[in-house]
Formats: sequence, C-alpha cells, structure tokens
Amino acid sequence: MSLKIIVLAKQVPDTRNVGKDAMKADGTVNRAALPAIFNPEDLNALEQALRLKDKHPGSTVTLLTMGPGRAAEIIREGLFRGADGGYLLTDRAFAGADTLATSYALSMAIRKIEKFDVIISGRQAIDGDTAQVGPQVAEKLGIPQITYAEEIQSITNGTIRVKRRLERGIEIVEGKLPMVVTVNSSAPECRPRNAKLLQKYKHARTVTEKQAEAVDYEDLYSIRPYLNLAEWSVTDVSANIEDCGLSGSPTKVKKIESVVFQAKESKTFDSSDVDIEELMVELINNHTIG
Amino acid sequence: MNNLFVYLELEGSQVEEVSLELLTKGRTLANRLNCQLEAVAIGSKLDEIGKQVFPFGVDKLHLFDDARLFPYTSLPHTSILVKLFEEEKPQIALMGATSIGRDLGPRVSSALHSGLTADCTSLEIGDHEEKKDNKNYTDLLYQIRPAFGGNIVATIINPDCRPQMATVREGVMKKEIFDANYKGETVKHEVAKYVSNTDFIVSVIERHVEQSKVNIKGAPIIVAGGYGMGSKENFQLLHDLANTIGAEVGASRAAVDAGFTDHDRQIGQTGVTVRPKLYIACGISGQIQHIAGMQESSMIISINNDPNAPINTVADYVITGEVETVIPKMIKYYKKNSK
Repeated sequence: MSLKIIVLAKQVPDTRNVGKDAMKADGTVNRAALPAIFNPEDLNALEQALRLKDKHPGSTVTLLTMGPGRAAEIIREGLFRGADGGYLLTDRAFAGADTLATSYALSMAIRKIEKFDVIISGRQAIDGDTAQVGPQVAEKLGIPQITYAEEIQSITNGTIRVKRRLERGIEIVEGKLPMVVTVNSSAPECRPRNAKLLQKYKHARTVTEKQAEAVDYEDLYSIRPYLNLAEWSVTDVSANIEDCGLSGSPTKVKKIESVVFQAKESKTFDSSDVDIEELMVELINNHTIG
Repeated sequence: MNNLFVYLELEGSQVEEVSLELLTKGRTLANRLNCQLEAVAIGSKLDEIGKQVFPFGVDKLHLFDDARLFPYTSLPHTSILVKLFEEEKPQIALMGATSIGRDLGPRVSSALHSGLTADCTSLEIGDHEEKKDNKNYTDLLYQIRPAFGGNIVATIINPDCRPQMATVREGVMKKEIFDANYKGETVKHEVAKYVSNTDFIVSVIERHVEQSKVNIKGAPIIVAGGYGMGSKENFQLLHDLANTIGAEVGASRAAVDAGFTDHDRQIGQTGVTVRPKLYIACGISGQIQHIAGMQESSMIISINNDPNAPINTVADYVITGEVETVIPKMIKYYKKNSK
C-alpha cells in the first residue's frame, strides 16, 4: 500500500550554540546572530517518513513548513534528502503566532494538500521546546495522535504501530490511520543529502526567491516544473485571518527579561594543588562532604 | 465554577509526584485567588486516590473510573477534560510537563481554544493592563518560563481565554502537605457520558516501565558536567569524583545533546530541577535554563576555564582551571584529608 506522508518541519535559530552576541543590550534575542537550521527532531521525523517510503513503494513525502521566505531552505534540504515536494506557508499575517495559531494555519494548509495517511513531525522545536504543535494540529484536523515516537514499526492495512520512548520506559501502541505522529530525538538520525538529488533540486526556488535573485533562465522552471516551490499565503489556504498570527493567539507575552541571577559573594581558587587542597579541607571540615 | 484544576497523573492507582507538587502550588494560588482547588483523576481502580490527595488541600476530587482509561491514551482523557472544563469553567488548569501532560495539554487547549504554556518554572498571580484596548485585567496567571533555548525568561498570560493552562516539570514546585486531616468532596462521574467508543482508536499493546537507575532528584551531592567536559571519555572523570565523595552525576543539556551522557541525567528546565546540599558544576557555562534547575542548591562550586562563565555568579566557590586538572586533584585531596 502506497502512503501519502506529510512532514511538518520548522526552521529554527540554533539555540544550542548561543554566543555572547546572541542577546541584544535590551535583553531581546538577536536572531540575526544565530544560524538558522532544520529543527533537529524534524529531521528525525523526516527519516521516519523516508523509511516508510522505502518500505511502501509509490509513497510520497511532502514537506510543510511555515516561516519567513528564507524557510524555503527547509524544503530544499528535505528534497536533497529524499522528499518529493513541499510547501512554504508564508505571510506577514502569520507573524507572532503562538502554538495554537500556528497549528490552525498548518491544519488549513494540510486540508489544502488534500488526502494524506500520516503526518509526521518532530516532537518539539528547539526555540520553544513546547511540543504543542503536533497534538494541536491533530486536534484541529480531528484525528488522533501518537507522540514521543522512537520508531514507526509498521503500517499494515491502515493500522500504524509505533514504539514510543517515554521518561520511564517504552510503549508499543497501535491506531488507525490517519494519524499524527511526533518523533523524539532518540529516533535514528536523518540520512544525509543524496548527491543526485542535490544536483536535481539545487535550483528549486519559490516565486519570491526567483524574483529576488532576478533569475533570467525562466525557461528552466517551465521545463522542470518540480523546481518550482509552492508558496502559500493566508488566502491560498483559505484561513480566517483573525485566527492567524497575534490575533489568533490566546497567549500573550507580557514581559521578556534576560535573567540576572542573584549574584553571590564567591570565593575563588585556581587549579594549583594548594588551592584545591584548601577547598577540599574546607568542605570536609564544614561537613558538606564526607 | 472559576476554580483551579489539577490533572492527576497516575501510575496504576498511585498519584505521581509531579501532580502532588502541582496540588501544593495549586493550593497556594487558590488561596490567593480565593477559589477552590479541584483535582481530576482519570484511570482505573481509583478508590485510594482521595487518601493520597486530600492532605494537599483538595476541595473537590473528580473521579473517572473505567478499566479502559489506564494506561493513558490521548483521546479519552482529552474528551473527559474538555467536557468537564466546559461544565465547570475553571479559571486555571495545571498538569505535569511529562509525556502525558505534554500530550494531553495541547490537545485540550486546542479543543477549548485556551492558551497553554509549557514547562513553566514559576507561576504567580498578577494584573495586566492592555494599553492598546484600554482594558485592565486582574488576577491573571503569570506563566513564567525560560524561552529560546533558555536564553531569556518570558512571562506569558492568557488575558481572554479560559482556562489558563500551564504545564510544570517534576521537581520544579515543592510538595508539601497542607493539612493531614483536610476533608474534600469526591464526585464519581459516569464515564460513558464523557467518552465515546471511537475515542479508543489508539491502544497500548505493550508497556515496559523501567525504574530509573539514576536518582539525581534525591541526591544530596551532585557532580554535573557540561559541554566544557569536551568528550564522553572525560565524563568518566565526573563518575570518579562522584564515586569518591558519594555523589550522583548530572549533566547540562549541551552535554546531553553532545552525546556525553544520557538524557535521564539532564538538569535544568528541560530536565530535572534539583536542590542538593552541594552542586559541583564542571565545564558548565550556565545557560539560564540550566541555572533555573539548580540555583536552589545549598552550596555551588563551579569549575570552569572561563573566569567569566555566567554560572560563576551563582557559585559559592569558583575554581578557574581545566576540569581535567582540577577533578583528579579534588579526588586526591579528598582521599588525603578525609578520615
């Protein structure tokens, strides 16, 4: 049985490698100083999708991402690794969306993509760590969810079997398609880029990108239509603008602070034998250790 | 109506620690708001739940007892909470930021179109003025959490939607008995009115619950390593020190992400919150999300080659040097001087 698989992916600032210039003087985040990457668990999700495609010939993997224009990089990256196509959901009206408004927008785009069997995404994105979008997309679409997946073990006659990795152990669960599955970082890493696919898709562009780059080989895109990356706005996915972005977000950010912890008077040592011995003796004498 | 609800996470007939911690916080917030604290238990064989939760000051306990409701699956628990919240209209709903709470919370919040904030490290009550609409809100739940990989702390509010929902990790709030003889009311609900058969579309085929081999939450001394440890091999140094002084080994998120050690040792907002007698931070720079999870340690030692590492500001003792040099010396001089 061939499957129609949608992978939800997000371009995120690499919050794991935050340098000193990542915070502006006013305590807000300097996004420009952080490299934009494919959210790590979304790559784990893509790999699960590609494995299903390997097992079920004729299946397709379609990426869906929401973000600014440059998030088209996520779709190209997916194509280089074996996805069949993708959509970029981009519109100023999506800005400031919390997880609920994001899920609404994604669910409207998914409805437009038409039929699907399984939607796979990373459990959470490293810039928010909320793990909310997967379940909320499922709820908006009125379909069930399996979160914390480590492995999609099989899909047989419309039944999906998944191994979940939880805080204290594992669970094997089964459910009927369609299903949303969110994947943990404990799942296998994503396969690397494929050289042939890189050659094939390196010129894949959205309309906006083509305009920005003033591409003068327009005929390339009519000869090879797969190089045209679809870009969707609020109107394209028939979303209600009130439910998108800030206005569709029940949560508001009241305050953002860069945190200053109560500084303590600290005693300093260096790594010399004298210093370390003095410290250890002090800790033993005041019964902190031993 | 307008009360504070806590979803009780259950393992069999046992209420999980994280839920008891939330009841303690919930009781304090309910007193501040002058409302009742209500708890919801969804599972199977729930006769013993009341005994476990009433001492935490629960005014009303809602029981949904049905063999099909344990182990947890998303849809039936969602259906129950959504219908119950539509009837009871809580102002606040809290749940654990566990694999259950983080599966259930988003689904419930989506169905009710209410805001949900994940992994809060602090919950407070406060007011809000919306200058744009000239509106004033009183007694909102301030949901405070580190954001952006722990580089900032955000205060989130849900001005217009109810319930105001938040998840909190185990260990973040402190569990405390409110009144050992507290008497609350128990309401047994008819499960069939809340769930339909189609909610049981996902079934648990197999389940292996492992007791964690690591107990960092309860350890009196923790030796924790960060990205600055440099390698998985160097992490062994931490185990050597921990074995010598009777400690448990913890890690920062960066060290876990780098594959130096396992996730169950992770300390911080996305791991465990700890309050040991002594915390030795080795090669940890001190992102907010890490400091948030260990700053209440009674004593903190930081070992770092960067004298300006942010963690040094919260440390009682700062050792400036290479971890590879310092740790073996600590072991040596501990052995030499302890009886």
